[in-house]
Amino acid sequence: MMLNASLKDLSDMLAARKVSSVELTQTFLKRIDELNPSLNAFITVDTEKSLAQARAADERIAAGKAEQLTGIPFAQKDIFCARDWLSTCGSKMLANFSAPYDAHVIEQFNRAGAVNLGKTNMDEFAMGSSNETSFFGKVKNPWDVSRVPGGSSGGSAAAVAARLCPAATGTDTGGSIRQPAALVGITGLKPTYGTVSRYGMIAFASSLDQAGPMARSAEDCALMLNVMAGFDSRDSTSLEREKEDYTRDLNQPLKGLKIGLPREYFAEGLSADVARAVEAALAEYRKLGAETVEISLPNTRLSIPVYYVLAPAEASSNLARYDGVRYGYRAPEYGDLTDMYQKSRAQGFGAEVKRRIMIGTYVLSAGYYDAYYIQAQKLRRLIAQDFEAAFRQCDVIMGPTSPSTAFRLGEKSDDPVSMYLSDIYTIAVNLAGLPGMSVPCGLGDNGLPVGLQIVGNYFAEARMLNVAHQYQLATDWHTRMPEGI
Amino acid sequence: MSLTLDDVKRIAILARIEVSESEAQAYLAQLSSIFGLVEEMQAVDTRGIEPMAHAQDVVLRLREDAVSEADRRDAYQAVAPQVEAGLYLVPKVIE
Repeated sequence: MMLNASLKDLSDMLAARKVSSVELTQTFLKRIDELNPSLNAFITVDTEKSLAQARAADERIAAGKAEQLTGIPFAQKDIFCARDWLSTCGSKMLANFSAPYDAHVIEQFNRAGAVNLGKTNMDEFAMGSSNETSFFGKVKNPWDVSRVPGGSSGGSAAAVAARLCPAATGTDTGGSIRQPAALVGITGLKPTYGTVSRYGMIAFASSLDQAGPMARSAEDCALMLNVMAGFDSRDSTSLEREKEDYTRDLNQPLKGLKIGLPREYFAEGLSADVARAVEAALAEYRKLGAETVEISLPNTRLSIPVYYVLAPAEASSNLARYDGVRYGYRAPEYGDLTDMYQKSRAQGFGAEVKRRIMIGTYVLSAGYYDAYYIQAQKLRRLIAQDFEAAFRQCDVIMGPTSPSTAFRLGEKSDDPVSMYLSDIYTIAVNLAGLPGMSVPCGLGDNGLPVGLQIVGNYFAEARMLNVAHQYQLATDWHTRMPEGI
Repeated sequence: MSLTLDDVKRIAILARIEVSESEAQAYLAQLSSIFGLVEEMQAVDTRGIEPMAHAQDVVLRLREDAVSEADRRDAYQAVAPQVEAGLYLVPKVIE
């Protein structure tokens, strides 16, 4: 019963002393112990540290000082620095990096009295769409262990889907929360850029990176976002806005909601089974009183080349910090200083990370900067303007999160370009800085989950959560779980 | 645009990543296919469009020029590959 309880139910059970935080934490640690060997969703589990936090939470509850998430265990993507926890970002480069400080997101969960249940596996430095690039091994999809869970937040996604934790954090640079959420049948939200502080979140592409919740329902995501969001002066792009209650609109009716359907998202390249599930979800929305209008996002196709110029450019700059001097991997043998850099980076980074650093270095180099980097930034504006125009015609945009259900392990790992193309529906949202969600909306031909993407205008998270929650009240796709788990 | 093996080696040097001859060959094929994808961008006329660096128009905030952090040098140096007497050790830079 505890495994399927919502965050609100867990919170009520803790408050009523029907369960203690220690018992709850032990329940999930036991599940991780049993199921993680086959899923590889966690990189680090530290029973002692988790239980110490759980005991502190129980004392806080007993003292009557509990907040809503006090005592609830959450899995944290290993991209977040957590003090005295290994914080590896899925890389050999940081395999022994015990963070000396907490990320803002971790601080926020600690302040709320939540328990850190462990650090989840991910694509190395969040570069990947399948969780196959982790130095710590591939993550398996709990619906079919021969398939990928998506990426880069694949460990968090698999952990939530397999009920190894009540909910988890993720980060999304080009779809890394939404795509894995879709592929394992959970609910994930990437907030408006600047909503959640990037402080202590290991950087990939700073103008696109954004953290968000991955959970089993929109309501759970709203409760988590209440804890995660907020201004932080240590992130220069953190937005100074009033604190919001993201649950405030959950129960609003959807009558009159205008849903925009981009014709480019229902075109060639979309699997028939995904299209069917999304169409069925749209029919459900019409029953709930919404109307749909066709819209166009004409530059959708360009979002992939634009992203695969801008994200590697920013990554090549961000990852220049891994030089084997202040932290991270240093090659055991080297000659002079340059040789130490070159060997440490060659040995410490995996293949995909090196590829992206090389692309980024090239597009930023003299002679190519205008043709690639500046051209991509100009197209980024056109892509953002597409959305601006679209939101004059509708309240939210809907479509598939991913063109297919979960693909097989190894199916795309040798072909970077085909892997990149699977991000077609998610990337533009990051380029524009808009909030996006994925909500389970059915099962495909092979019984694998399909995700419905919901994109909102800037700062429309509460409305999007309302739109998702009303659907989840009317349907039960979000409660489906993999068999045998 | 077509990438050459010399381009790949030059990029690797700029990126401070050691590559062997056979790795350079592999990168050449992979990077060429990725740039094939990127080439699509060049067909669009973007004259007069302002480049977009960021999703939000934020200006860098200034803060008081005052000490805000505690000294935690030991904790930060504990994760370094090689330190001595509070200093980071690297190979000799100046002969």
